[in-house]
Amino acid sequence: MTGRLRLWIFVAGAAGLAAFVLWGLAGLPGFGRYPGPYGDIINRVAVAQTNATGVVSAVNFEYRGFDTLGEEFILFAAAAGIATVLRRLRGEHVITTRREALDRVAPPASDTVRAAALAATGPVIVLGWFLATHAQTSPSGGFQGGVLLTTAFVLIFLAGQVLLFRRASPADLTDVAGAIGAGGFAAVGVAAVIMGLPYLSNFLPLGGMPGAVTSSGTIALVSFLVGLEVAATFLLIVTELTDQALLVREGGR
Amino acid sequence: MGFLPFLVVAWVLVVGLYGIVTSRHLVHQIVCLIVVQSSTYVLLLAVGYRTGAVAPYFSDVPVHTPAVDPVVQALSLTDVVVEAAVTALLLAFAVQAHKRFGTLDPHELVQIKG
Amino acid sequence: MDPLLPVPTVLPLLTAAVLAALGPVLRSRRRVLDAAAIAVAAVVTAVLVVIMVRTAGGDQVYWFAGFRPAHGAAIGIDFAAGPLPAGLAALAALLVTAAMIFSWRYFDETGTYYHVLMLTFLAGMTGFCLTGDIFDLFIWFELMSVSAYALTAYRPEERGPVQGALNFAISNSVGAYLSLSGIAIVYGRTGALNMAQIGQALAGHRPDGLVVVAFVLIIAGLLVKSAVVPFHFWLADAHTVAPTPACVLFSGVMVELGLYGIARVYWSMFGQSLGHQATVTRTFLTLGLLTAVVGAMFCFRERHLKRLLAFSTVSHAGLFLTGIALLTPLGLAGAAVYVAGHGLIKAALFLCVGIVLHRLGSVNETWLHGRGRLLRVTGAVFTLAALGLADMPPFATFRGKGWIEASAAAHGMPWITAVFVICSVLVGGAVLRVAGGVFYGLGDPPSEEPQMAAEASEETGKTDHARRRTPATMIVPAAVLAVAGIAIGSLPHIGPAVQAAAVRFQDQPAYNATVLSGAHVAHPAALFAPEPAAITVTDLASGLGSAAGALILAFLALYWRRLPLLRRGFEPGAGLEQPIRRFQSGVVNDYVTWIVIGAACLGGTLALSIR
Repeated sequence: MTGRLRLWIFVAGAAGLAAFVLWGLAGLPGFGRYPGPYGDIINRVAVAQTNATGVVSAVNFEYRGFDTLGEEFILFAAAAGIATVLRRLRGEHVITTRREALDRVAPPASDTVRAAALAATGPVIVLGWFLATHAQTSPSGGFQGGVLLTTAFVLIFLAGQVLLFRRASPADLTDVAGAIGAGGFAAVGVAAVIMGLPYLSNFLPLGGMPGAVTSSGTIALVSFLVGLEVAATFLLIVTELTDQALLVREGGR
Repeated sequence: MGFLPFLVVAWVLVVGLYGIVTSRHLVHQIVCLIVVQSSTYVLLLAVGYRTGAVAPYFSDVPVHTPAVDPVVQALSLTDVVVEAAVTALLLAFAVQAHKRFGTLDPHELVQIKG
Repeated sequence: MDPLLPVPTVLPLLTAAVLAALGPVLRSRRRVLDAAAIAVAAVVTAVLVVIMVRTAGGDQVYWFAGFRPAHGAAIGIDFAAGPLPAGLAALAALLVTAAMIFSWRYFDETGTYYHVLMLTFLAGMTGFCLTGDIFDLFIWFELMSVSAYALTAYRPEERGPVQGALNFAISNSVGAYLSLSGIAIVYGRTGALNMAQIGQALAGHRPDGLVVVAFVLIIAGLLVKSAVVPFHFWLADAHTVAPTPACVLFSGVMVELGLYGIARVYWSMFGQSLGHQATVTRTFLTLGLLTAVVGAMFCFRERHLKRLLAFSTVSHAGLFLTGIALLTPLGLAGAAVYVAGHGLIKAALFLCVGIVLHRLGSVNETWLHGRGRLLRVTGAVFTLAALGLADMPPFATFRGKGWIEASAAAHGMPWITAVFVICSVLVGGAVLRVAGGVFYGLGDPPSEEPQMAAEASEETGKTDHARRRTPATMIVPAAVLAVAGIAIGSLPHIGPAVQAAAVRFQDQPAYNATVLSGAHVAHPAALFAPEPAAITVTDLASGLGSAAGALILAFLALYWRRLPLLRRGFEPGAGLEQPIRRFQSGVVNDYVTWIVIGAACLGGTLALSIR
């Protein structure tokens, strides 16, 4: 189709679709008037049932843990796809010496950027670790923590330490860590089955006080595994994409 | 606020689709796909909101305080991370497309048709 | 709760993670990877067959993490398995097993993650079939899709796979986001994500704008996956470039899963509240028949073997949708058995094409003319499967098609039989033309198209052509699948059994009761009564007629240049062809435009008729 024809067909369709969607949205109860019951039930019972005060994490890792398992594996499959597509095509090899790296890397960042990036790396790692392990108590969780942990590695890259970045995130390690995170989550569910409970039940002791770090049984464990997997997956993604800047063809381009 | 969030949903959806349909650069097209998904986040969160309620975290507030819906928040938060990974997959395809075709214009990236 | 229910999804996921975790060790031991994948897929197939048998008397529900519903509200996620969902999942697992056996020798070397992606694909498919929660359905849909995108782009050294993967990914993602919007809207009304609970909450109220909009949006993503016109353009692009084992799965079962999703969403959530059965039937019947005809036409004009089979899948998707759209138990049963037969046969056809590629190095029908003569067994299997595609008795495709036609005729639409026969003739004729030309050297090669020649010869990447013998691991799965297509069609009590399963699938109140209160409903009653499913003379006439017509058409296509009468007349469609084929432009901007206008038109149609 020519561009103009496509545009006109699209505009007609989009106008119709927008009107249609708005007509449907008009039937909703109204902004700010959530009718329940799903959210209300969970809010009422979650703290008592799981000893977790962070109800969103309780939903993610307990009530709808099976969904989260699926999402984990979507991440895992996406990483597998990226690794397959970008890695080591025939006739290309990865730079391993400092001289080669300097030839290909983008112009070095300014000293301010480097200093700031290096200084921020430590705190970011601590914060990411905190988020990944405190899902049950605060607005945190494996997903957020994992992404922050990846950011720490990106900061290393931004600080110009390209080779350190490459050596700190070898492909095998990220693959295995990601697989352990995803597989670990699935395995926690199997452990429940071995104990005679339905898959993914919370079988660890719930701990004393709601909201303590050691409470809520499998929620904390699963959140940590999710954090591991998310960190590894995003690190793999960032590594592969930045690698493309470093890849040299055998033909010498 | 009234109907505004829902108007935003429809607008963002249509704008994202417009971007995809008129795009001449693959990376732009992929980012417009992110825009389309953002409209679903706005919709999910708007649907679960309750005026005057607190966030569903009961560390500081008593358990029976009216809170907003935690379920849609949980769904959105996992969706954001997953969408980032899927976008990365598409961008990896874009990198390969550039290598094989030498261009990122969707109109030129045609090896097979008909 | 039956502990077998989570196995079909959890086992492949766990295995995929273990294989990836052991990646550095297993990289050099490819046979371990192959064996593990085949074993897991086979076990999952067996488990699903057991589940299918066990649920014949009533759906079985499994609540994850033990959160059972209280007072009709579900707070956890469930798997709700019945014979139809479990049967479809079993078909998926069987095709994965066959594809992995085929891959044993098909790939000289596999990339790091081939097996992992096939296993996550399997998990996505089985999860999609068995789940009873609408958001969980979306998650498995996404897992299936992402694995499929990655498998399509499997040979990124060439140009085709990248284009195919991008078009596939962008189209399906747009559809998925529309579905997610629909899910959010229905959640806003009912405050539930469990399909039975939503169905119960919506039933008994008149369908207002919100219900119609939510339905159309959720269906939109599933229609894209089902390759229904005008949401179908991505399918041909993806099939042309994906490796053969992946194509087996895409055509054999992934497209059909989209249609299953539509059926599931309709009959567990929206059926009772939408009402207006006549309108719903009319709308989806139109879509289905349009898809069937368009797919068949494009199929016949193709010269690229995989693309030809891809368009035939589009055509059959239309026929399946027609069966579902009738809303009768016999129609749904017909669609189910048709899907099973088609899946087995299409898989066999793709495997044979894979063998041709492996031995001869091309998928261009023109170039291959006569060159397939040395592939005798493959040719025989291919021809047998081609006859099955033409709906010849006693294939399962014949039975399924017969039931759909009978149900349509009983409800005042006997002309549907004619459309089915025409589509079968076109599709069967195209595939038989390939069989006759490539494997037996009959007639003349079809007209050459330079562009087709270029792209069809591109697929020589990871396979090494001119091998001397076809490995057993490649031909045996193809043969077994083709024979299974006959076997299923010949099962004696398949009619009443599948129709009973369909009745149960369509009984929304019974499903709600089973899921939400654990009630066992002994005699489900659907809206339409079951109809006789025996083979009638009409069925035989239509089945034999399609097969005969396909053979004649193939013969004409191969020999038309030698027949004096037809020399002038047989390229009549040529003038029309170019503008029509321009629709399949390869540019994803066009595809998304069609998705938008298609969704808007479908929405508008239902909005105006459902009040």
